[in-house]
Amino acid sequence: MFTQLLSDIGGLWEKYGTVYLTGIANTLILAITATLIGCIIGFFCGILQTIPCGPNENIIKRVLLKLIRIIIRAYVEIFRGTPMILQAVFIYYGMPYFFGVSFKDIWTVSIIVVSINTGAYMAESVRGGIMSIDPGQFEGAKAIGMNHWQTMLYVILPQTLRNIMPQIGNNYIINVKDTSVMFIIGFSDFFAVHKMVSGAVFKYFPSAFMEMFGYLCLTLLASFLLRKFEKKLAGKSNYELVNADQLVMTAGNYNYPGEGSPFDEASKDYKGEAK
Amino acid sequence: MSEHILEVRHLSKAFGSHAVLKDIDFTVDQGDVTSIIGASGSGKSTLLRCINLLETLTTGEILFHGQDVTKGKINQSSYRAKVGMVFQSFNLFSNMTVLANCMIGQQKVSGIPKEEARKRAIYYLNKVGMAPYINARPDQISGGQKQRVAIARALSMEPEVLLFDEPTSALDPEMVGEVLDVMKSLAKDKMTMLVVTHEMSFARDVSNHVVYMADGVIEEAGPPSVIFTNPQSQRTRDFLKRILNA
Repeated sequence: MFTQLLSDIGGLWEKYGTVYLTGIANTLILAITATLIGCIIGFFCGILQTIPCGPNENIIKRVLLKLIRIIIRAYVEIFRGTPMILQAVFIYYGMPYFFGVSFKDIWTVSIIVVSINTGAYMAESVRGGIMSIDPGQFEGAKAIGMNHWQTMLYVILPQTLRNIMPQIGNNYIINVKDTSVMFIIGFSDFFAVHKMVSGAVFKYFPSAFMEMFGYLCLTLLASFLLRKFEKKLAGKSNYELVNADQLVMTAGNYNYPGEGSPFDEASKDYKGEAK
Repeated sequence: MSEHILEVRHLSKAFGSHAVLKDIDFTVDQGDVTSIIGASGSGKSTLLRCINLLETLTTGEILFHGQDVTKGKINQSSYRAKVGMVFQSFNLFSNMTVLANCMIGQQKVSGIPKEEARKRAIYYLNKVGMAPYINARPDQISGGQKQRVAIARALSMEPEVLLFDEPTSALDPEMVGEVLDVMKSLAKDKMTMLVVTHEMSFARDVSNHVVYMADGVIEEAGPPSVIFTNPQSQRTRDFLKRILNA
């Protein structure tokens, strides 16, 4: 029984190996691109949704912000609340109806569909991530004069990214598997290869077996790499004291700020150059 | 009218129907070290947060060099850059090293080039004795060290006024000294400071002006020699008796 399966798989591999590999490559490229674009959409929505809006702001800004929030809300609800397979059909066949243009390139439409779908999920993840950041971080940034964009870009989002990395990984793995629905508009991903090959040679189970194994390998590899990346984001747990730099005084006398360093007027060694 | 660096006029702040600050008036001059003391809940921190525009005032105005900063016209960011703030809970950016914490504001808000910002950051980190730790991250250093870095971060912006919101309240007792030492040395350098504190020794010995707040109003204000030895108000007397004998 197993020998039969193995020989069938061997046969398929020999004949369609490169086709399967191209399918894997397509799946990976689509999943990676769409996850990245989805993340960007998510972070962008996150920034827009958290623009502070006090009662003292002028009316135009308040209305505008309210509108932005409603639009984002609608976007999230619609694309989170409908199947991606339908969204693909909707956009692919809907464009000619509404705008009289059809997509020449199946890649473009696939990337668009998966990206905005991922973006809808990421928008919520990012919002949650931002809410989880200590309010003190916002205040610290504001207190040195940063505006909302600067605060977000340099302080909040880097921390958010670290916190929601598991979520991003989740989304990526979901995308690796769920891009398989794009066969509906003719995208030739890994799963589409299965349909094509098994339809041609009627070896359904051996092909499905290969697909299962292939997808599992892709997702396990992704999990492994994501864990590594998370560790890297967390940063080193040690640091080195800097004593060699000329600008830096040696450790040990920091309990006596009155005595200072050669760069401090209070010090005997002070030579005049202030800063 | 002489030029006050900071002037608070008829400031009121309410959270909903709860009035936290009621008609506060006071001024800060160049080189003043003002301590704000009072029981918890008397509105000290809220006052400081209002001055830094972290809270929006209900009524009143805050004049910085004679210009009202609470109205929309003035650039809030550049005002905040000139009025530094040190928080009780440090609020160092946990995604950056100590050095980056002191550089980011200079680079992004004041537009100072990187090398210059680095030099300045190290100069001020030196002042607070934290220069050897420039590569450390905030969660790797102690509370007192964090607070000193936070002071250096505020100083790096070269502010005209520095606000301290209970800078030693979250610290272990043995770390309070190092932070107070830094603040004393700043006072010696004629830095204009506004300090909300429970450290009565600091208020008495370092500051030249003490404000006692109770229930959202300034109950009594004056030089420390008067407030601590001969307070006029009964409430001030009670408060000081309680806190100094504790």
